[in-house]
Amino acid sequence: MPVISKGELKVWQRRDRAKQLKIWAMWFVGVAIFMFCWKIISDATTWFFVFDAPRIAADIGGRAWPPRWEYLSELWKPMWDTINIATLGTLLAIIMGVPVAFLAANNTTPSRKFLRPFALLIIVSTRSINSLVWALLLVSIIGPGIFAGTLAIAIRSIGFVAKLLYEAIEEIDTTQVEAIQATGASKLQVIAYGIVPQIMPAFAGLSVFRWDINIRESTILGLVGAGGIGLYLQSSLNILAWPQVTVILIMILIAVLISEWVSSKVRLAII
Amino acid sequence: MSTASPSRTWKRPPLIKDTKLRYGLLLFVIVYFIAAFFSYEVNWARVYEGLDRGWEFIKAFSNPDFVTRWKDISAGIWESIVITVTSTVVGIILAIPIALGAASNLAPKPVYLFCRGIIAVARALHEIIVAILMVAIFGFGPLAGFITLAFSTIGFIAKLLAEDIENISKPQAEAVKSTGSGWWQWINYAIQPQVMPRLIGLSIYRVDINFRSSSILGLVGAGGVGATLNTAFDRYEFDTAAAIIIMIIAIVLVLEYVSSFIRAKVQ
Amino acid sequence: MLQLQNLGKSYKTGDDALKGVNLEIPDGQIVGLIGPSGAGKSTLIRCVNRLVEPTTGKVILNDVDVTTLSAGGLRKERRKMGMIFQEYALVDRLTIMENVLSGRLGYVGFWKSFLRKYPQSDVDEAFRLLERVGLDHMVDKRADELSGGQKQRVGIARALIQDPEVLLIDEPTASLDPKTSRQIMRLIAELCKERNLSTIVNIHDVALAQMYVERIVGLQLGEIVFDGPPEGLTPDVLTQIYGEEDWEATIDEVSDDIDDDINEDGIDSAKNTDKVAKDITEAVSAP
Repeated sequence: MPVISKGELKVWQRRDRAKQLKIWAMWFVGVAIFMFCWKIISDATTWFFVFDAPRIAADIGGRAWPPRWEYLSELWKPMWDTINIATLGTLLAIIMGVPVAFLAANNTTPSRKFLRPFALLIIVSTRSINSLVWALLLVSIIGPGIFAGTLAIAIRSIGFVAKLLYEAIEEIDTTQVEAIQATGASKLQVIAYGIVPQIMPAFAGLSVFRWDINIRESTILGLVGAGGIGLYLQSSLNILAWPQVTVILIMILIAVLISEWVSSKVRLAII
Repeated sequence: MSTASPSRTWKRPPLIKDTKLRYGLLLFVIVYFIAAFFSYEVNWARVYEGLDRGWEFIKAFSNPDFVTRWKDISAGIWESIVITVTSTVVGIILAIPIALGAASNLAPKPVYLFCRGIIAVARALHEIIVAILMVAIFGFGPLAGFITLAFSTIGFIAKLLAEDIENISKPQAEAVKSTGSGWWQWINYAIQPQVMPRLIGLSIYRVDINFRSSSILGLVGAGGVGATLNTAFDRYEFDTAAAIIIMIIAIVLVLEYVSSFIRAKVQ
Repeated sequence: MLQLQNLGKSYKTGDDALKGVNLEIPDGQIVGLIGPSGAGKSTLIRCVNRLVEPTTGKVILNDVDVTTLSAGGLRKERRKMGMIFQEYALVDRLTIMENVLSGRLGYVGFWKSFLRKYPQSDVDEAFRLLERVGLDHMVDKRADELSGGQKQRVGIARALIQDPEVLLIDEPTASLDPKTSRQIMRLIAELCKERNLSTIVNIHDVALAQMYVERIVGLQLGEIVFDGPPEGLTPDVLTQIYGEEDWEATIDEVSDDIDDDINEDGIDSAKNTDKVAKDITEAVSAP
């Protein structure tokens, strides 16, 4: 108890001394780690360039404006590709992720010893790797293009879809499931009547949410050759065509804002 | 209705009640998918050729090569960790005041709009794009990666924390206010205890995200293990790539384990 | 005829929820199962259709031992046992009709049920039952839009459409207001008589049980400590079941209430009560 008796007085402190010391020690270690890491970054930095940064930023800004609007006409096709990468990638991810989720959920998995760890492994490994890395890999395996990009988005999203969905499955109201079991329904029927209606809102919500994220991700896949508007960003950057870069960035911003708007509308409509 | 005929049919009510909207949407979806499908040009011969390489990559996982490029790998991973630590810490420290400003129940309107504006900008652009700009401005190296991730950490933490502050329990806030506390005391006693678990949870989650992101920043020259990974793929050194990927997964797993441990302790 | 022979259940934690229960329920009899929380009432009901797997003993329904059945056989047997739940256990996001029709799942194949293509005879029966419980005017409403009393009547319709031989009812009125509770209990009692069903009703409210059931079984710590007609529930017996308390008031209340409760238009007034209840809920939840 942090109440110490000093004769007649009872002194109240928030924490007792040992705990207080421990907290200070933790702060000290934390700050030391941070300073150490900062020193590493600082050593790897050419500070001369950094001090020059405001001038460079102003210089780039000056070159980037006004945007080269004629370039827009070349961008419609890659933008269309970008949207397709995101949409079809999300669709593929859902098709593959849903069974994985049912295998991974504690209350629906057919085998806890064998299939569940396998499903969890799929979830962890697809989720841990950024879609850009998947794109890098797929481009080197099946060649550049939007097909590689779509697969990259799909693989990265499997883990996301499956993880959120299996958590939703594990959180369902079990009495509703019991009620369906009590009617003599088969296992598949219990899933279709007792579980699916309960997870539907979560499922729809996370699908549009992931689609929204994927629009953002697919705008950059072109940097590694996986198609979409990122290719044009890359080539414009390579020739230092800043006015074109501005146009591309504006276009990406608008696409991201629209997709965010759509996804929030759809999510509201579902609940 | 009350005099039901002996045979009434029943059909499940459709999800979208408006017939026109329902079929319109259906038509739109079908047309879209056909159009999208035909805009794919897949070079199946190239894909077929690639299957061998894909198989090699999968095989590489059973025999990852940590040794040949160990120097590059360890330096890259180390740099990724350093970027993760610094950017998360700085990002959170900067995000807290912005979150306070972006909570509609705390901040006056102009401050609110300003902070929401910062959040919107920080969230709109993909990290890689920000990283490209930062590299252009600050030069190659981990500093650009650090700034990029700190920036997107601000957007992430500030947005979610502001939402949490807006959802706090009002009676508690009123109770503290009714004691005659000042504004800072009020924040410290009424708001902070309520949002602290969430802030800690978000911060740990963000460590996880930042580490995963820092592994790709190298692709555009902003430091971290991404550059090594990129080189490995370019040279078709799948065993080295597999080694890096395994290390990333392992670190993410450790982070996830630690975070679930800490979150359980906080709540 | 439903027979429980030496039925026992021990949980992994080592708790013996049921200790060798013997019970015989002839066709058409309603048995009220009373007892304190944790006495094993819910476990007993769930052991009958093996939602909880009994550890010892037998459940025999018309010469079939339910406890030894395979998964497929159990499903067939479950069709004969309708179950009604405390929190209604309707599937919230399905419509009333879908909830009622889900009682036929044991009879139709997966794809038919998935595409909601039930035989016309099932749909007719669903309409008939919904009419019987007074809800046929709202078949396409979603279950989560209903009031408690309405939900429980959908739950009853779902159990009855199974064409059961036994009804297992777990705390049907625990979440309802007093008036709706009586309407629901009366409806259950009437339906059991109409269809000659053996019924176990698990119930907390002793007074309510005395009003509508013909036999009371008292359970304490997994054992039957009383079995007899409702009139047999003397203060001594109640003390034995629940522990020391002044029981006179509980029993008095029963005789007072029975008369004014019985009215002719049960269903109509039920609708009104529900509406009133809903109005009140809305008034309360409005800011």
